[in-house]
Amino acid sequence: MNFDFSDDQKLLRDQARKFLQDKCDRKSVRSILEDNQKNYDADLWSQISELGWTGTAIPEEYGGLGLGMLELCVIAEELGRALAPTPFSSSIYIFAEFLKSYGTDEQKKKYLPHIASGEKIGTFALSETNGKPKPNNIKTQHTSGKLNGSKNPVSDGESADYIIVAANSDSNSNYNSLSLFIIDRSDPGVIISNLDTIDPTRPACTVDLENVACERLGDEGSGWEMIDNIFNRAAVLFSFEQVGGAQVSLDEAKKYSLERFAFGKQIGAFQALKHKMADMYVKIELARSNAYYGAWALSTDSNELPIAAAGARVSASEAYNYASQENIQIHGGVGFTWEYDCHLFYRRSKLLSLNIGSIRQWKENLISNLEKRNIV
Amino acid sequence: MDFNDTPQEAEFRKKVRSFLEANAEKRSTLAAKPKGDSGSSISSAGAPETVKGEDAAKLALQNAKEWQRKKADAGFAAILWPKEFGGYGGTPIEQVIYAQEEHDYFVHSGYFEIGIGMLGPTMMAWGKDEDKKRFLPKMITGEEIWCQLFSEPSAGSDLAGIRMKAEKDGDEWVLNGQKVWTSGAHFADYGMIVARSDPTALKHKGLTYFYVDMKTPGIEAKPIKQISGSANFNEVFFNDVRIPDSQRIGAEGDGWKVSLTTLMNERLAVGDPPGLDFDQIFEASKEIEVEDGLAVKNSEVRQKMADWYIQSRGLQYTKYRSMTALSKGQTPGPELSISKLVTASKMQDVSSYALDLMDMSGMVHQDKNPILKNLFQNGYFFSAAMRIAGGTDEVLRNIIAERVLGLPQDERSDKKLPFNELPSGKN
Repeated sequence: MNFDFSDDQKLLRDQARKFLQDKCDRKSVRSILEDNQKNYDADLWSQISELGWTGTAIPEEYGGLGLGMLELCVIAEELGRALAPTPFSSSIYIFAEFLKSYGTDEQKKKYLPHIASGEKIGTFALSETNGKPKPNNIKTQHTSGKLNGSKNPVSDGESADYIIVAANSDSNSNYNSLSLFIIDRSDPGVIISNLDTIDPTRPACTVDLENVACERLGDEGSGWEMIDNIFNRAAVLFSFEQVGGAQVSLDEAKKYSLERFAFGKQIGAFQALKHKMADMYVKIELARSNAYYGAWALSTDSNELPIAAAGARVSASEAYNYASQENIQIHGGVGFTWEYDCHLFYRRSKLLSLNIGSIRQWKENLISNLEKRNIV
Repeated sequence: MDFNDTPQEAEFRKKVRSFLEANAEKRSTLAAKPKGDSGSSISSAGAPETVKGEDAAKLALQNAKEWQRKKADAGFAAILWPKEFGGYGGTPIEQVIYAQEEHDYFVHSGYFEIGIGMLGPTMMAWGKDEDKKRFLPKMITGEEIWCQLFSEPSAGSDLAGIRMKAEKDGDEWVLNGQKVWTSGAHFADYGMIVARSDPTALKHKGLTYFYVDMKTPGIEAKPIKQISGSANFNEVFFNDVRIPDSQRIGAEGDGWKVSLTTLMNERLAVGDPPGLDFDQIFEASKEIEVEDGLAVKNSEVRQKMADWYIQSRGLQYTKYRSMTALSKGQTPGPELSISKLVTASKMQDVSSYALDLMDMSGMVHQDKNPILKNLFQNGYFFSAAMRIAGGTDEVLRNIIAERVLGLPQDERSDKKLPFNELPSGKN
């Protein structure tokens, strides 16, 4: 058994951490938070693209580095630690993974090299309304090669050049009628309107589609199946971002508790706070271990992936939500000021626990996959 | 990153499997019993349900000894011990492999865990050669059972607060006082004991470590009946118990240092208590009816079970990470202390919730209970004890906060004064 990252992968982690400490400090995160005109840090994006991060897990023949998913997990954790304000997840965890899994060779050649180089950005549009996306609330329609409908919220939609759109290819909406289509943002029928989010460093928008030209991705009618699979893959990657962010939340809580004195001693010497931080640590370690298992399933194409991904997703979402919320608590009054950084993590953790489906939904996925495994 | 055995490990696993298949009986998920009422698995499990009370306990002990002998003959009884003392001379990974495989079988090794896991390694580190030769091989085969005489009525979480007197009289020591929570003292052949040899020294400096024959005159073990109704622990009274100085382990006054060797090994030995878990409530939820049908189909039940699943598997994978570190020659850190902290509360939550699902039938706790075999009733009682035994939740949180996170130690008033001047609430 070797349940750890390799030395090369750890080296990559160290390099990524150093790079982001330098190029993605809190000031640059805040510059995106506080500027309504900016959706992401374009300088940072071009630098991480030059480093090849965007192409990490894209095969060489399509312009990537051809490394594995484990390397991508390592990078994800560092992006999470740094609160990197980039469309990396939408473009790499989701758009690129859809193309890698379901694109024709022609589609891969057309899209992946631009995604790998970072010069183009992709995203995915599924949700249309409040609550869990499902057949009865997906109204976007594909007819005679054109898409019509409205998607909301779409992560990184404003920055995207390409969008994968989930739409019904049949007049009935059911589990076998959903198909996926790739559209080009420059089509005049694509109307983007910005939405404010709980974490403005991770933007979203509404995408209205009026007779937009498109090409189908994957088999007709197998949309939900493809989405399940790609969300499972993305869930593992996000779980590393979440573990990264949760760890920094704990580290900063600890640091503050050692600097701040009350009643004549460091507040970190009070058991009420020590025990709280011990609980943060426990949740983070469990999440990290579940994420590792997800990484193993992802990198080996194991049929355990649906269970491993859901376990990683739930564990990491809960750990990050808890760590970021208790980090504010440990900071006391300054914890809820704009000036202190606690809220950056509080925002990011909640957003990450919603963006590819809620904790509630993933718990349901977990149990239903465990039921299926039992029957098999 | 992979879970594959190396060729060497695969070979070992094959050996273990064929040994277990030939010698032990497999168990089903719902037959999994919570372990006994201590961190170790001493219970009447293994005895047929028709045999009760003392007879059942005797029979269980006899079965366990037979099993231990088979394990020892096959070389699997003490995988980490060196061969010279009858061990396997194996690696931590091999120990994990053995535990994984044995977990699926209905066998009991709990009687020997304290000796092999904690006391044996202490003797190896601090004991005299003739003692090692005399005692260690019989510890492995189960011929002699050992108990650990550490805790006292006023030394629980604060273990160094030991008051048991050890007074030197020529070449002998005279022991007077009381120990408590001693697993297996009523059937153990030998025990290891820490006592206060100098009450005027600082608390951690005035202790000395010994081993004793439990049949020495003046030693009396009285079982303590627990919340579960069973009695796996004892109070042990020492009344003018005379032992030769040759039974001292380590130097006079070094008792605390020697104890730390025992306690360090405790974390490895009892750090992985199996028992009532996600798998049991998941299986049970397919049999229990709630307001809208089977419990397993109820959304609230599913949400709860998902939380227990991630805790359960999170711990399992954490252990894999620790073991990976071990097999690379790194020491496992105190991060292993999260295991019992999470497991005990999870078991309490799982059992309490399962009893709630069972509705009125959850009230029943009688022998041969046809409904789920008392699984959750037993867990309900056992888990309350488990949150305390072997380090309370609160002590474990302190350990994590101080040793892992490096937060300040609690302020203490007992480090600078001689032991006999410390406030005890009794002076």
